[in-house]
Amino acid sequence: MTWLAVLATSAGCYMLKLAGLTIPQRLLDRPQLRRCAELVPIAVLAALCAVQALASGRSVTFDGARIAGLFAAAAALLKRAPFIVVLVVAALVAVGLRLLSHVL
Amino acid sequence: MGLGLAVGLSGLAFGAAAVTAGLSVTQACVLSLLAFTGASQYALAAAVAGGGSLVAGTCGALLLGTRNALYGLRLADVLGVRGLRRVLAAQAVIDETTAMALAQSGRAAAQAGFAATFATLYAVWNATTLVGAVGAGRVGSPGAFGLDVVGPAAFLALLWPRLAAGRAERRVALLGAGIALAATPFLPPGIPVMLAAVAVLAGLRR
Repeated sequence: MTWLAVLATSAGCYMLKLAGLTIPQRLLDRPQLRRCAELVPIAVLAALCAVQALASGRSVTFDGARIAGLFAAAAALLKRAPFIVVLVVAALVAVGLRLLSHVL
Repeated sequence: MGLGLAVGLSGLAFGAAAVTAGLSVTQACVLSLLAFTGASQYALAAAVAGGGSLVAGTCGALLLGTRNALYGLRLADVLGVRGLRRVLAAQAVIDETTAMALAQSGRAAAQAGFAATFATLYAVWNATTLVGAVGAGRVGSPGAFGLDVVGPAAFLALLWPRLAAGRAERRVALLGAGIALAATPFLPPGIPVMLAAVAVLAGLRR
């Protein structure tokens, strides 16, 4: 089942790329469509971020260490840190807080 | 050069995240080889990790992939490729190669920049995915290493430059996050993320 999803995602992503190169360019003249294509990734990325940060399964949960890690990631992004540094900072903050809460 | 390094580090992160999420090393590598578009790959890994609907996960990944179609629309004229070359060039259409091709003046320079960027990034992305995936398999529990925050942090990092584009972008992002969270208790995992695409409507009105 996972394989099916992997292959469907792979095929779909390729078809989307090929479709862009193939379909008539006139479509770009329609500003609403163009705007839509710019905004869809924003909505989906924000949703993925929120759900992964605050949900586990069907329940909305608040994991302090995870949220703190995410705020640390935002701080790193404000400082224009590279992608991997952002991820490492987030993980370190979350781990650090969890260790601390075990000790205290 | 700097771009290759950045993509290499992202590849490591993806490989590790994918295996931590529950994909096999082979599945992570197949995604990097065939899908070759980071955000969509992360989205599918997230759906697998959440144990939610894989159909919804695939749809989320494809929604993210639509931006490559938009890049293709812009590139078609710049690159002017036809037939078999177009079939091959399509796999190369991602954020970085598009930016590189559009930055050149003249078709020959655009084609050269596009091809060179693709060759470098494709090699680096796939090699580092493998290394990251194999490496993550040797690490123990995700929570102990803070890997549960790596997913949301990665999505935030991918989102960040887009938020700078304007107020409508930030409104769409907030609404998208809000819709997904509000729907979480009522729908199977994966569906709320797809539903969040409705937030686009908030950016279309002016």
